[in-house]
Amino acid sequence: MLQTFFNVDIVSQAWRIILAGLGNTVLLSAIVVPLGLAGGLALSLLAGVRKPWVRWPLMAWVDFFRAFPPLVLLIFLYAGLPFVGLELGGFACVCIAFFLNNGAYYGEILRAGIESVPEGQTEAARSTGLGRLQTMLYVVLPQAVRNVLPDLLSNTLEVVKLTSLGSVVAMPELLFQARQAQSLTYNPTPIVVAALVYFVMLWPLVRLLSRLENRALARR
Amino acid sequence: MSNWDRFLDAFFNARVMAKYLPDIAHGTLVTIELAALVIVSGLAAGLALALLRSLGFRLVNLLIIFVVDLFRALPPLVVIVFIYFGLPAVELSPSGFVSTWLSLALVLMAFSEEIFWAGITSIARGQWEAARSTGLSYGQTLIHVVLPQAIRLTIPPLTNRTIAITKGTALGTVVAVSEILGMASSAVSNSYNPSPLTLGAIAYLILFLPMVTVGRWLETRMTWRR
Repeated sequence: MLQTFFNVDIVSQAWRIILAGLGNTVLLSAIVVPLGLAGGLALSLLAGVRKPWVRWPLMAWVDFFRAFPPLVLLIFLYAGLPFVGLELGGFACVCIAFFLNNGAYYGEILRAGIESVPEGQTEAARSTGLGRLQTMLYVVLPQAVRNVLPDLLSNTLEVVKLTSLGSVVAMPELLFQARQAQSLTYNPTPIVVAALVYFVMLWPLVRLLSRLENRALARR
Repeated sequence: MSNWDRFLDAFFNARVMAKYLPDIAHGTLVTIELAALVIVSGLAAGLALALLRSLGFRLVNLLIIFVVDLFRALPPLVVIVFIYFGLPAVELSPSGFVSTWLSLALVLMAFSEEIFWAGITSIARGQWEAARSTGLSYGQTLIHVVLPQAIRLTIPPLTNRTIAITKGTALGTVVAVSEILGMASSAVSNSYNPSPLTLGAIAYLILFLPMVTVGRWLETRMTWRR
């Protein structure tokens, strides 16, 4: 059993390949998380506009990308667009798909956060002479982010896990590298190692989240 | 051909769409079947674990926490790949369908256990004590007093999480499950035209858009204002 799933020889052969994959996963996460946050912030600020011609298209946009499995979006970009002469490559496709998908998720979370800050805060800030942008930036957003921090963290965890989809479009991230190593060595050890790496990397965040979530629900 | 015609011919080619519509319809059925299995078994296992945890055996609880943390930290695709490509090394060869079902059910189990557990612990101790003192047994207290309140609290987060994980059925395409995305992808390579992907996208929207809308409605309806 140990020979099959945690073969030390295989580990010593494959660790370089897997380590390179880990580097790319971290790099990819460091790119797509801020990208999604930026998209989400833009959506959540737009949601503050109370005009029906902004509200409804915005809601449709968000629900559309929340209903769409991210892998379908990714395949659509990667395998569909070349037919109209747009070859974007795996990396660009992952970035666009993650921007659209995670922007919608982050947007919903930030919107809920902004709505949780009482109206009086905005009024008070405005009456002290702060501009609309200043009020948003210095008064509303900091409180909004604090109120929805568990959800933001939980979504970030999902985004990091989702970077494993990159393997489908040949991005050399952790899972892809492990699959490569597996097919080179005819042994599932590299996949176990990759799983272990994901677990060690994300476990602290999972622990933190489960404490935050328990507390949030208990407070209601 | 103008650019617009080229675009229409690529993504909305009526001839290709008509030809592959039955395939996509079949894929939709497979997706629905897979999704239903994942939801039922994942939620049932999650609830069972949460109830087991409420009994308070120390060792069992540590084990539950570990399993839950494990499947919250692992990407579903990694679990699928491990089951499908890893288990054959020990003479177990689950099909792509079973691998995907098992993986997503385990992930949903982990997330729903966490949510059910948070719901159970959110019910104040006094409720337990009051119910027990009126002569209700442990099981009766759980079923008639605690769970009705806990489940109400947990429905919005549970719905959203369930939708997110059920969307993962598309991952089945990586292990050759003939669900919507898998059918659409092979239709694209057969017809050399991406219109089947458009059909697939529409099928996903028909399946999941109502779920997302219901989730949104539940969220505003059932959350208690702080």
